[in-house]
Amino acid sequence: MGHVSAASPVEVEPTLTPDEITFLAKPWVTLVWDDPVNLMSYVSYVFQKYFGYDKAKAEKLMLEVHTEGRSVVSTGTREEMERDVQAMHEYGLWATMEKAS
Amino acid sequence: MSGFERHRRTGHVIATFTGFEADLLRSLASQMVELLRNERAEPAAPTADAFEAMMAEFSGATTIPEDPVLARLFPTAYPEDEEAASDFRRFTEGGLRDGKAAASGSIIDVLEEAGLPPELTEDGLVIDVELTPDEAETWMRAFTDIRLALATRLGVEAGDEHYWHSLPDDDPRAQAHDIYEWVGYLQETIVEALMS
Repeated sequence: MGHVSAASPVEVEPTLTPDEITFLAKPWVTLVWDDPVNLMSYVSYVFQKYFGYDKAKAEKLMLEVHTEGRSVVSTGTREEMERDVQAMHEYGLWATMEKAS
Repeated sequence: MSGFERHRRTGHVIATFTGFEADLLRSLASQMVELLRNERAEPAAPTADAFEAMMAEFSGATTIPEDPVLARLFPTAYPEDEEAASDFRRFTEGGLRDGKAAASGSIIDVLEEAGLPPELTEDGLVIDVELTPDEAETWMRAFTDIRLALATRLGVEAGDEHYWHSLPDDDPRAQAHDIYEWVGYLQETIVEALMS
């Protein structure tokens, strides 16, 4: 009878919290919607300040909101997107969240 | 009329207002504070579920505010999931209201510290405002809320400037729209000052 070596135990010590492990599920996205009130310069400022995007990326997203009516401004876990949506509401932007399609 | 600019040496964001302008800003900010503080959304309708009733009583609102201004300031986060939208509102709306009321409140405080009297009586009063970058951002957010409120009440839509400018000067809606544009100008100059 051959010798079967015991399977070495697999350590499960993820450094990520369960909420951060998103590769099994579709991520969530934060959408910002166009409104006739918010200034383009202000929206671009908010994207730079809150998300830390560079000017080019912030302007691109702002123009997408303006011309297409909405833009995905961030992607992540549900919890992260709730934080982003709340922050956008703090800044007076019209933001919603949904599962990435 | 001049807007905000960045002071080269201190990096502060500064502006000079006439007494009339400062008084108008204070009035707008006070109305925001009143709207945010007094029109607390009603708790959810009576429900047979005792736990739910208790939650409604002890925590925030769960339904979209009836006032269209508040509905715009606190949009539904999950348009296609009513339950998640209620939970989100319950946990965020109270804090958002307090933050917005505090931001408008800071406009009132700064203007009064800068010498705006409780009742504006003297002519030729000049109010110099000097804001740290953090304070300037707070004002910028409050200006957003004020503009959203004015635009919602007026029914402002994209590309309708011509309509507003065609109204007679003595039309109260035209005057309110002028104020809306003025606050937009002030906000634009704060954004420029903060970006420079």
